[in-house]
Amino acid sequence: MLHALQKLYAKSESVRAYTMLSPALILIILLMVIPMMLMLSFSFFTQVSFVEIDYTFTIQRYIDFFQKNLLVTLLIKSLKISFLVTLITLLTAYPVCYYIAFYVKKNKMLWLVLLTLPFWTSYLLRVFSWKIILGTKGVINSSLINAGLLSEPLTFLMYSETAVIITLTHAWAAFALLPLYVSLEKIDFSLIEAARDLGLSRLEVFWKITFPLSLPGVIGAILIIFIPTVGDYVTPALLGGTDGRMLSNMIQAYFGKINNIPLGAASATIMLITVATVTMIVSYTTKKLTQRIS
Amino acid sequence: MEQKNNTLLFYTLLYFVFLYLPVLFLPLFSFNDSDYMSFPLSGFTTEHYVEMWEKTNLHKALWASIKVGVVASVVSTTIALFAAKAFSRYKFRGESVSYGAIMMPFLIPEIILAVSILVIWLSLGFKLGLIPVTLGHILFCTPFAMLILIARIEGFDFSLEEASRDLGENAWGTFYRVSLPLYLPGIIASLLLSFIISFDEFILAFFLTGSDATLPMYMWGQMRFIQKLPHVLALGAVIIVFTTLIVLLAFWLRNIGQGKDKAGLGIKIHE
Repeated sequence: MLHALQKLYAKSESVRAYTMLSPALILIILLMVIPMMLMLSFSFFTQVSFVEIDYTFTIQRYIDFFQKNLLVTLLIKSLKISFLVTLITLLTAYPVCYYIAFYVKKNKMLWLVLLTLPFWTSYLLRVFSWKIILGTKGVINSSLINAGLLSEPLTFLMYSETAVIITLTHAWAAFALLPLYVSLEKIDFSLIEAARDLGLSRLEVFWKITFPLSLPGVIGAILIIFIPTVGDYVTPALLGGTDGRMLSNMIQAYFGKINNIPLGAASATIMLITVATVTMIVSYTTKKLTQRIS
Repeated sequence: MEQKNNTLLFYTLLYFVFLYLPVLFLPLFSFNDSDYMSFPLSGFTTEHYVEMWEKTNLHKALWASIKVGVVASVVSTTIALFAAKAFSRYKFRGESVSYGAIMMPFLIPEIILAVSILVIWLSLGFKLGLIPVTLGHILFCTPFAMLILIARIEGFDFSLEEASRDLGENAWGTFYRVSLPLYLPGIIASLLLSFIISFDEFILAFFLTGSDATLPMYMWGQMRFIQKLPHVLALGAVIIVFTTLIVLLAFWLRNIGQGKDKAGLGIKIHE
């Protein structure tokens, strides 16, 4: 018996591969899959009192979610903020990656390391530094007032959607820079040269050759920025005020001081479903796009 | 290669300013002799650093973060090493599904991971504290560690291992004498970067620590009070210098013995 097992082990690559993967897969099952299933089941329960939960099945929490204008508004706002952050990050990061991929000749690695270095410093501190910059007595306002350009501080800078968008654009830049750079770097420059020799203008070359070839990086960046920012908590909590509040802040409240775990769980589930839908739409569109190009 | 383009160069440099300037305000104001973070600077002082040094709660939080970080980085790097080896060495059914599953914690909004672990932990009747935080960090660091290690192991000549086996070395001996020395720079880089991720992680800690604050939780608690901000700035400045040094060390290690570093920074697009 043991011998047979040993033989199977030696023979099959799959068996060996899964043996080595098992710790990682067990980790995912125990700490992600099962907890998420449990959270899903909690979304079908009812919070009766502060400590008591009624475990009979009901979809009332989902009805509650869509009946509470606040929650639906916050979900839409979270999506809107994430969408804008993703778009702005992509548009601002693309030229930088283009420059490093096609113009920089020496020490590209150094440029890349320098681009990503700020992102290894604490997320909390990076968000906090924007509070220093945008605050009513912060860097921008105090400088402008000192220079005599303003008499009252600009209030829209702080505790607003704008503040959240600026901060998130800064905080997630590395996640756009890396995939964009990797996909641009892979492009064979002779393709671009050939297209130019054939008489296409620079703009045409960009739209017909460079941009389509960099699409995998663009998609990677979209997903890697959009998904986590929908669920961001720190930035809206520190800089959002009431105007920049997002769904995560309410989820936290349901698990915290409001103590309505089932409604919190339902909100988290809805957030997850929304994110998954967006992911699927983005991947599907890309597949279609790449098929049409090739 | 393109010819020169000064407009793009100028834009790129401007972008660097945008990336670096906000972070540099922390160290700048940490030496400023005022409770407010505004211009003009009122005077140079190191008083905030002295004040920071004297906070006993901070020492406790620092120690908690170090404990969590060390355990999380060692465990996640170990788990990730096996997984990375499996993906770079073997072709097997369900490869991309398994890869996707292991990468999931990196893609799912962190708050969802945090509340899920919170729900199961409380349902099991356990108390919140550093243990659930450590478990959460292991889950969160493993995909990062795996990306770093795959980048290192890919392109590794597996015939070296086969040769060692053929020459009569057993599996453990082969690993210890052949594979480990070659993977070592990647392993150390993974340990360092996982430690930094755990050390800086906020959301999981926020939901799961209970009363045992980690360093980010400590800072979060202090940020609400204007008069306590200066010493948070000093602490922030120290953390920035410390993490930057560790990350540079990790990058340097990652590049040892590797010709061209494709993704370079531990993030790789999987095709």
